[in-house]
Amino acid sequence: MGRVGVVFCLCERLGDSVDKKAEGIQETIEKEVDFNWLATHPGVCTKWGIDFLIKAVREQKLEGVVIACVAPKSVGPTLKKAIVRETNGTVLTRCIGLPVGNPEPSTQSETVETLKRSLDELRNEKSPQRAGPSIERAMVVGGGIAGMTAAIDLGNGGYETILVDRLPSIGGRMLQLSETFPTLDCAQCTLTPKTVETGQHPKIQLRTYCEVEKVEGKAGHFTVTLRRKAAYVDWEKCTGCGLCQEKCPQKTPSVFDRGVGLGKAIYTLSPQAVPNKPVINPETCRYLQEGKCRVCEKVCPVDAIDYEQKETFIREEVGAIVVATGFDLYPLSQIGEYGSGSIPDVVDGLAFERLLSASGPTTGEIRRPSDGRVPKEVVFIQCTASRDPDRYMPYCSRVCCMYTAKHAKLYKHKVPDGRAYVFYMDIRSTGKGYEEFIQQGMEEEGTCYLRGRVSRLFQDGEQIMVWGVDTLTAKRVEIAADMVVLATAIIPSEGAGILAQKLPGVETDVHGFFTEAHWKLYPVDTGTDGIYFAGCDQGAKDIADTVAQGSAAASKVQALFAQYRNETSPEAQGQR
Amino acid sequence: MDYLYFPGCTLYTKAKNLDVAARECAKIVGFELRELPNWTCCGATFPLAIDNLMALLPPSRILATAMEAGGNLTTLCSVCFNVLRRTSYLLESDLEKREKIFDFIEMEYRDGLRVPHYLEILRDEVGFETVKAKVKRDLKGLRVAPYYGCLLLRPFDEMRFDDKENPTILERFVESIGCEPVDFPYKIECCGSFQSVSAPEVAIECGYAILKSALKNGAEVMVSTCPLCQFNLDTKQREIREEYPEFQGIPVLYFSQLMGLSFDLPMEILDFQRNDVDPLPFLERKGLL
Repeated sequence: MGRVGVVFCLCERLGDSVDKKAEGIQETIEKEVDFNWLATHPGVCTKWGIDFLIKAVREQKLEGVVIACVAPKSVGPTLKKAIVRETNGTVLTRCIGLPVGNPEPSTQSETVETLKRSLDELRNEKSPQRAGPSIERAMVVGGGIAGMTAAIDLGNGGYETILVDRLPSIGGRMLQLSETFPTLDCAQCTLTPKTVETGQHPKIQLRTYCEVEKVEGKAGHFTVTLRRKAAYVDWEKCTGCGLCQEKCPQKTPSVFDRGVGLGKAIYTLSPQAVPNKPVINPETCRYLQEGKCRVCEKVCPVDAIDYEQKETFIREEVGAIVVATGFDLYPLSQIGEYGSGSIPDVVDGLAFERLLSASGPTTGEIRRPSDGRVPKEVVFIQCTASRDPDRYMPYCSRVCCMYTAKHAKLYKHKVPDGRAYVFYMDIRSTGKGYEEFIQQGMEEEGTCYLRGRVSRLFQDGEQIMVWGVDTLTAKRVEIAADMVVLATAIIPSEGAGILAQKLPGVETDVHGFFTEAHWKLYPVDTGTDGIYFAGCDQGAKDIADTVAQGSAAASKVQALFAQYRNETSPEAQGQR
Repeated sequence: MDYLYFPGCTLYTKAKNLDVAARECAKIVGFELRELPNWTCCGATFPLAIDNLMALLPPSRILATAMEAGGNLTTLCSVCFNVLRRTSYLLESDLEKREKIFDFIEMEYRDGLRVPHYLEILRDEVGFETVKAKVKRDLKGLRVAPYYGCLLLRPFDEMRFDDKENPTILERFVESIGCEPVDFPYKIECCGSFQSVSAPEVAIECGYAILKSALKNGAEVMVSTCPLCQFNLDTKQREIREEYPEFQGIPVLYFSQLMGLSFDLPMEILDFQRNDVDPLPFLERKGLL
């Protein structure tokens, strides 16, 4: 590396001591840092500032430049792109942060240290080499509504896309839902066309029952190793007739039905599963556990059962990756005051969705898991394990106000003489048509809203005692309920953290959600070019926002591929 | 495995039946309680005002004495435990207050002092398996309602005693000595605390709700860990019966007494005379004596 320069952007946001600060820092830098050229500017992010930078780079014959300003994450990419464009990618850029306000002397020395590090990095960086055009093929990890949207958009754009899901079929969480707010559209009617379209798309290749094992390479050239779990069924032979599931003698609580319904040891997630091929759960299969049974093998008309099947590994070369791994709900077993999951008629929101769903275990009738009775008093508790920084998750899970209102409404439609109570902290209904939906539930459906928290739930004979408070009347409330539905916090799906560790440069926040490159400007970008995310793995959100992110991530991938084709310098290939 | 032991004021007077049985049982399961020299009152409440350092002086001095003596400090009374554990947490985490307090009491702060509760020693150091192995008297699945009260558990971040909302340490203890724990929803509800002095009718309502719930869920005996809870749940039963004549009553024992019974300790040590509701007739009927 030849000459390197340093530019300090001294804009108003630095606070009232701009001049003094600049002086102080300049002195230290001149003494301690090794550079060829130093300048300050009152606003490098403006057109005027960029012109100044480019002119300086040319006149000073710089090969690298470090820019220090208060907003490196949002300003950096713009400056970088401008310099690359103007110098044909021959000048390397780094952007580092300056503290806002009046910093302690210690922060100042931190700034100097960061500056030294960035200069070292610049000097050690290899001169730009073109990595060759990108592999114009994408991988989407997670086959929920976010992942399917991204895959379909990419496929429609003409790019071959591999859609990976760890479950045997695609559809994700939305497949478990009954009807969706605020329109009360049937979730399956919305989703099934998408799953079918995904399954039939000529450009989309499904890799279900697979997990990401390893990711190598960088934008344009990733090599992903997938682990295909043993299904114990030869999917090439299987016709999806369903006979094996019908005859399997082993009934176990179904994970898909959130424990409120029974499934078999050989199963598909739903009758409309895409692909419609079953797998055997080795933990519940009688033959794989105890060595006796083999009923599915006997009844299979095409000899597709293969108890010897082993897991396999698949390598895929792709140019970009979209991660859409979705969410889980905070486990009931961790919520001591609500019975730690030991009260059968206390269920979470997803379990209640299964009870409401026409394709669920009760074919849409609301029946108590304990005894099958129709509950006449149902209590819904919002913000369970959300918005509780001392004990649980500090954040708002964003969809609970809406889906609880929906639950109460659908319950009243099915059990008109039943009573629905909702305990809430406040109602957050910020989407289009959402507030009207809530109001309709309160005014026309007669849902009883109580502003307050519930301190304890316990089984009292056949009922569940609910100890709560109504803070609007300042009275304690006790309700003997037949059923309680907890709107538990949305958390990242299991294994998201492990996946993040396998993805170069991808970080998660303290709760395990993926961290976006910039809070506002780059909401689906990770810290690494070529890897994007969509949906609830980045934070709790509703279906509409999730779909928007799926499309956003897909368009980012397409822009990346186009840039690789058109740009001459790899430096410009970064999208940020 | 020795522990410095802070008895606190009630354990030498009203709650002697908690103290004596616990000391004996400790020896049996393999640890010794060495009484902390020159101990004073713990202060009895952790100050609610954040700048009330004066109230932190007695517990800090107690902890400093333990630091000087070396070893870890245990206690039995829930009130003392709450004050000492929270003070210890505060001294660990707030260096500014620590410095002020220790400058004032003119003692030296040393790192590393732990303040486990007697039950935590049983769980974490001794192990409930060992407790189980020492059982001599078959309690025949006696149905015991474990009552925690509040001070063992809260505030959770400072106490870190057990699950904040659904503790199970007493259930596991009760199981280890051959009894059957009875789950009842009031196990961490308020016993009435000091209200028994200023508003006795409030304490009576609290106690009645707790005892009634335990009985409803099939409990034959209740165990407590705290002299104040014991007062509100045991001594107060006479007054509860005046208010609610149909209330049948239930013996309330300290956990150490029940443990001693299962270890077949002599009656002078178990000291059931101190319990207001005499458990002996019931235990006799049950064939446990």
